[in-house]
Amino acid sequence: MGFLSNLINGISLGSIYAVIALGYTMVYGIAKMLNFAHGDVIMIGAYVVYLTSVKAGLPPVLAVVIAMVACTILGITIEKVAYKPLRKATSLAVLITAIGVSYFLQNIALVIFGANPINFTSVVNVPVIKLFDGQIVISGEASTAIVVSVVIVIALSLFIKKTKSGKAMLAVSEDKGAAQLMGVNVNRTISLTFAIGSALAAIAGALLCSAYPILSNTTGAMPGIKAFVAAVFGGIGSIPGAMIGGILIGVIEILGKAYISTQLADAIVFGVLILVLMFKPTGILGKKINEKV
Amino acid sequence: MALLEINDLCVNYGMITALKGISFEVNEGEVIALIGANGAGKTTTLHALTGLIPAKSGSIKLNGKELTKVPAHKIVEMGMAHVPEGRRIFQHLSVLDNLKLGAYTRKDKANIEKDMQMVYERFPRLAERKNQIAGTLSGGEQQMLAMGRALMSNPKIIVMDEPSMGLSPILVSEIFDIITSIRKDGTTVLLVEQNAKKALAIADRAYVLETGNIVLSGNASDLIKDESIKKAYLGE
Repeated sequence: MGFLSNLINGISLGSIYAVIALGYTMVYGIAKMLNFAHGDVIMIGAYVVYLTSVKAGLPPVLAVVIAMVACTILGITIEKVAYKPLRKATSLAVLITAIGVSYFLQNIALVIFGANPINFTSVVNVPVIKLFDGQIVISGEASTAIVVSVVIVIALSLFIKKTKSGKAMLAVSEDKGAAQLMGVNVNRTISLTFAIGSALAAIAGALLCSAYPILSNTTGAMPGIKAFVAAVFGGIGSIPGAMIGGILIGVIEILGKAYISTQLADAIVFGVLILVLMFKPTGILGKKINEKV
Repeated sequence: MALLEINDLCVNYGMITALKGISFEVNEGEVIALIGANGAGKTTTLHALTGLIPAKSGSIKLNGKELTKVPAHKIVEMGMAHVPEGRRIFQHLSVLDNLKLGAYTRKDKANIEKDMQMVYERFPRLAERKNQIAGTLSGGEQQMLAMGRALMSNPKIIVMDEPSMGLSPILVSEIFDIITSIRKDGTTVLLVEQNAKKALAIADRAYVLETGNIVLSGNASDLIKDESIKKAYLGE
């Protein structure tokens, strides 16, 4: 029963990683860049939830919606100001800029919110689920994270497969020039991608800080990196891959903490990534890129 | 007024001046061939026309409207479709999705459906394979898909870049027959080809590009008999 509890906790943490990983994987798939500032957008989202829900007393759902709007605006602004001027630059320049944006957001948060971590009050109002006569307890935060992430993945997959904007995203991800010839506005498509990724980051921020209730300016950094690992693990660019990668990373981390070593848990996560990349460099669901001659 | 008018067009490609002030025109209903050796600037010309690379100077007018400052994604809506070199279909999407993306800017659903049927009639193979992933099509089928995708925008003019490249002789003939039939149905064609013989055989007029300049132009039927053309491009 202890194992099952740990497994559920792992899936729950992994679900949060999955929601973050979606932002990484979509931006990578469409803009072909690694947005290392994505984790810090989560942190900003969590602060907005804290201010609107805990401080201002707004209902949690409304607080999360406000955070989504705020992060969407933030994400689009970051893309416009920092990344768009580098559309034709080398990927290394974009990567370094993303790291710069990441530090910028962390330090802005430090200036505004101070250096002391905040005790975040959970915004999840879902009752605890008890199974097997209370031998397994699933917190409201855990079950909410799982349900929310599944809903997001399904909604996002449907959006991409069924809508015109989604198809335009796929077209841009494959061939920007050819997409333009079809009349697709590439810049707008990239903005939309950042908007969706950032809105999801706000949700992830609320879920993460509800489950692990400490909020500081570096709260987003480690989950951001782990979600990036999850995206690579599942096959970067793939939406179901982000989900699978996220859950696997969460489960490996929690089981590693429970049965091997708390200190080594993160090392195990990254070790598994290295192993996977040695044997399957494109990740679990990653597409092999074939150059058609 | 010509449908497409290019005047003194200069294009830089990195450090290289790829087009050194070319002028030509395409009238409605014509098939115009643009021929020349590798590196002469044919593809650059087409890329400049549909905005994929910016023009340094000069003008491009479609139906009298200046295109040089119009972003690439707005040009298809104005009536010019581009079948790019190497086909550049969306490999991971289905044939149907590729065709739908061809009609991306259109809102007239009924007419889109009509044009879809028209494309399927013209390319029955695409109809058979409409749910297949485009990357799994043969080279000839991919070329047909690229053409069908361009037709889905219901263009006034299609510019085609090396549509016969890499295809077997039978398919090459088929592609040229298709171009002729597209013109017959009222769409103007600007054709870039290395297969000068075939291109001149179906074109009304032609321009010869050499290192960024138009060095020769005239009726295709005259050019095909021109000694310098025969020597340089027809291998005779």
